[in-house]
Amino acid sequence: MTIGFSIKFVGTIMDLFIPMLLSFIIDDVVPTGNMGKIFAFGGIMVLCCIIAIVGNIAANRMAARVARDTTERLRNDLFRRISYLSARQLDEFTIPSLESRLTSDTYNIHQMVGMVQRMGVRAPLLLIGGIAITFTLEPVLTLVLAALLPFIGYFVYTISKKGIPLYKKQQEATDGMTRVVRENAQGIRIIKALNKESSEEVRFDGANQELNQCEQRAALTMALTNPLMNLCLNFGLVAVIFVGALRVNSGITGTGTIIAFMSYFTIILNAMMSVTRIFVMASKGVASANRIGEVLDTPTDMTAEEKYAAKSTPSPTPKIEFRDVSFSYNGVVNNIDNVSFKLMPGQTLGIIGPTGSGKTTLISLMMRQYDVTEGEILLDGRDVRGLGRDEISKKFGAAFQNDFLFADTIRANIDFGRGLSDDAIAKAVEHAQAAPFIAEKGLEHELAIKGANLSGGQRQRVILSRALAGMPEILVLDDSSSALDYATDAKLRLAIREHYLGRTTSVIVAQRVSSIRHADLILVIEEGQITGRGTHEELLLTCPLYKEIAESQMGGALLE
Amino acid sequence: MNNGPKAGNARDIVVENVSKRKLKVLLRLGKYMYRFRFGYLAALLLSIGSNLFALIGPKLSGFAIDAIGDGLTVGTVDFDTVIFYCVLMLIFYILSSVMQYILQSVMIRLSRGIVKLMREDIFKKLMRMKAEYFDKTQTGDIISRISYDIDTLNATLSTDLVQIASSIVTVIGSLVMMISISPRLCLIFAVTVPLSILTSTKMANRFRPLFRARSGKLGELNGYAEELLSGQRTVRAYNREETMIERFREKNKIAADAYFKTDYYGTMVGPTINFINNLSLTLVSVFGSLLYLRGAISIGNISTFVLYSRKFSGPINETANIINELQSAAAAAERVFRLLDEEEESADLENAVKFGFADGGMAVQGQVELRDVSFGYEKDREILHHIQMHVKPGMTAAIVGPTGAGKTTIINLLMRFYDPDSGTVSLDGHDIRGAVRASLRRSYTMVLQDTWLFSGTIADNIAYGSPRKDISRAEIEEAAKAAGIHSFIKSLPHGYDTVLTDEGVSISKGQKQLLTIARAMISNAPVLILDEATSNVDSMTEMRIQRAMQKLMEGRTSFVIAHRLSTVRRADVIFVLVDGCVMEHGSHEELIDKKGFYYSLHNSQFEG
Repeated sequence: MTIGFSIKFVGTIMDLFIPMLLSFIIDDVVPTGNMGKIFAFGGIMVLCCIIAIVGNIAANRMAARVARDTTERLRNDLFRRISYLSARQLDEFTIPSLESRLTSDTYNIHQMVGMVQRMGVRAPLLLIGGIAITFTLEPVLTLVLAALLPFIGYFVYTISKKGIPLYKKQQEATDGMTRVVRENAQGIRIIKALNKESSEEVRFDGANQELNQCEQRAALTMALTNPLMNLCLNFGLVAVIFVGALRVNSGITGTGTIIAFMSYFTIILNAMMSVTRIFVMASKGVASANRIGEVLDTPTDMTAEEKYAAKSTPSPTPKIEFRDVSFSYNGVVNNIDNVSFKLMPGQTLGIIGPTGSGKTTLISLMMRQYDVTEGEILLDGRDVRGLGRDEISKKFGAAFQNDFLFADTIRANIDFGRGLSDDAIAKAVEHAQAAPFIAEKGLEHELAIKGANLSGGQRQRVILSRALAGMPEILVLDDSSSALDYATDAKLRLAIREHYLGRTTSVIVAQRVSSIRHADLILVIEEGQITGRGTHEELLLTCPLYKEIAESQMGGALLE
Repeated sequence: MNNGPKAGNARDIVVENVSKRKLKVLLRLGKYMYRFRFGYLAALLLSIGSNLFALIGPKLSGFAIDAIGDGLTVGTVDFDTVIFYCVLMLIFYILSSVMQYILQSVMIRLSRGIVKLMREDIFKKLMRMKAEYFDKTQTGDIISRISYDIDTLNATLSTDLVQIASSIVTVIGSLVMMISISPRLCLIFAVTVPLSILTSTKMANRFRPLFRARSGKLGELNGYAEELLSGQRTVRAYNREETMIERFREKNKIAADAYFKTDYYGTMVGPTINFINNLSLTLVSVFGSLLYLRGAISIGNISTFVLYSRKFSGPINETANIINELQSAAAAAERVFRLLDEEEESADLENAVKFGFADGGMAVQGQVELRDVSFGYEKDREILHHIQMHVKPGMTAAIVGPTGAGKTTIINLLMRFYDPDSGTVSLDGHDIRGAVRASLRRSYTMVLQDTWLFSGTIADNIAYGSPRKDISRAEIEEAAKAAGIHSFIKSLPHGYDTVLTDEGVSISKGQKQLLTIARAMISNAPVLILDEATSNVDSMTEMRIQRAMQKLMEGRTSFVIAHRLSTVRRADVIFVLVDGCVMEHGSHEELIDKKGFYYSLHNSQFEG
């Protein structure tokens, strides 16, 4: 960057030399009438021109490179930070906002970095250099010019101070628009089915209008800078001529000097314009930088905490243990209330309960997506809060409700960057009952975005393959066979029992009793509390809710 | 499926040649601008005015300097004249600045207008587009078009166009002034100006594809970011952050390099034009001096000439930067227009049938028929083969079958998200291809497995199901009660006014589904589609809302897709779909007696 600045420096100096030479030719050479000398200085000017172009191009390229590297690194850092945000932090920022920070804000920074480098040297240099040269030409006239600078500084400062919050608002309005577009892209079928296109247009118009107003307000404010600067400098110009006239009159200065002075003046004026452009860009950049900074400065939470690191090893150590766990998303109502249970290695836990009772929340807590409000969760006898992120996730293989598939091959979606062997993938595919349709399409089949070119059941089986392929210590299936028909589901359960039982501790959340009836421990969850626990047979006797669920699903069969 | 945008690029490059496409883009941009022609006219006048005033400045300063004289003898300055011209200069500069600001605000409003219009157009277009477009296109890429690309366009429309307009005025004005001073010195520009123009256009043409790549790659990066952010939970669960960061890093590098490439070449333009300007200044000073020696020009005139030549070259220099921006704007406009050119749902026929009594159309009985329907999403892969289905008004039809058999595809055809490749789908005996699409869809209400809710209050989300705008809170609550979600909503701190955040974090999947059921309850459509509507709801809750669902289905033609056969057994007719064919159909009892596929499916439910 230093080299870039120096090259730029040289190039810019050349731009300053050229009018100086001009003034020299007119004032000093021309009166001598020496044609040869005129041509000689003309030659020097040409040389300066060449140095200027070469230097400026080289410097600009360096500037572009720096801008690229800066943005690239910033974006990588930002993405890294976002990747490691905890679930709760992610909820707070919201995805559309993070998305626009990652794209439109980093873009603003790119613009700013590029501009500041390209103009940041050249403009102030031309400005200061221009003033310095005019100073040597005519100190008093320069003072007239210099007297303007505080005013200019004040204007620029005030306007950009106003500009930054306006640009911040503008970026927030961009978030709003992004949100609407995103929602529409996701829900297009529902919107079309409900004929809501026009009401969505109204909703979009609202966001569009908001953004538009923010942009307009920011632009109008920043638009003040140019005319104001022009006015200031032109006033200066007039003052220069007037004072110049006085000084010529008293024989202190020559007309040629005033002419050269005016030529520099134009340079100064143009430099001033560039400076204002920098300020406009910078205001925008600063607003964006603040938004990016907000994310980068978010403290890392959910790290392995020292105070929980102590090992308590009652033997035999349960694989998973919940001790009086309570948890609340919003801090008002407990979503999980005083839950305790133990699961020994190799056992299977079944969780069943009404919609919204907190089944998925239990899983989230177990995997430390959120931290408990009260109580503790132990994996292998160690508090999850004392475990690092990678330590926890290494234990788990999970398939969630409506899990995520990305646009890549089926293999890549199953492997998920873990570098699994072909054998492991083939086995997982087999066990997840995905083999028939994958055999038809091939592992290298490219999935569309969100796996849109698979049916719901096929998607679920790819996701299951992913969970099984890592041969996890703990297998979590959160309602992950809901899109499978009963026959496939039954085969899946059989495969899991055959190949993973004993080796893998399983946690299965299900709505079908048949999915969990063989579990070693079944928890019935209602409104965040355990209202029944035991095996299938025990629960049929002890838990009325479980019995009801079981009968509603299987009762038909019993009657027939 | 991923051949959408990529194939589009290739096709474009082959079919259309560069200049023709450039012209097309310009024409379409022109159309937008034409709608604001009066604003632009005002802006043009203002810009001419402001620049003329600014141009008069140097001329006046020349007069003032001439009045100062050559300064060789002390005390000969004509102060009256100097002051006169100074005051004039002040007036003109003030006027010029005021006009400049007015001009800028006019331009800002204009460009805002155009940008707003374009965003609206894009969004309207999105609403008219086939639903499959969203399966093929990354949401992030769409967002990139509606934000980044439009912003780029906007930068050009608001600042650059004024710059160009004022540049033209300044250039012509300065030229006239310079000719008035010394036509002979102006000959220098006969060399340098064509040189500038030639260089800049030549460069511009070379940069075009680079700018296109830049916009495209940025769009891809955005698409990727969107995809990864959406899958955050899974990424975290598998601790694959580093893998994803690595992937992002690659895409980021590609995008950053594409950007750098435009910068790399773009940086040549400014200094090159500057070089030509400096060269002309050199020539002016050398030849000016020679002319002065011959007594053909005064010193004051050389000074004024130099001032004008600076003015003259200033905008040309600026234009060089603008050329870059114009290039990126053109690339951005192209991406915007390409989206606007995507295939839409076909327009309704002129004499199309209108369903729906309330809208002045015919009342819908709810008789649905598929006659010999075959269909495939991709040309060479047929998914449904010769489907025959006939459902009488008020009947409940269930569609069952293994995953991937084509159940959801049938729904897509009923709602006319797609048209069948052969055969007809009809409602009340009318081929739906001959019906007003909106009226057809209004005749249906559906609850899908995919529980989509928007960021708004719970009440808004439920009311969303009705075509009416004046839904009362009581109606909303009634629907929620029927869907069995009322007490849950009441337990929330803000009740029905709870705002659902983007991903509906604090609400479980099952609760979301109950909300979508409430949304369907509030609709008054004669045909109901339940596609795995209760798959995220446990069977207890399902039982609780069963009665409500039953009520919902009463008097309506209903299509039910479900795995749980308990949901299906009450249907009047069950279609068993296997590999895209209706294998058997009939009532539950008939099919059980038949001991066919349904029978084995039914039994498998209780195995294991």
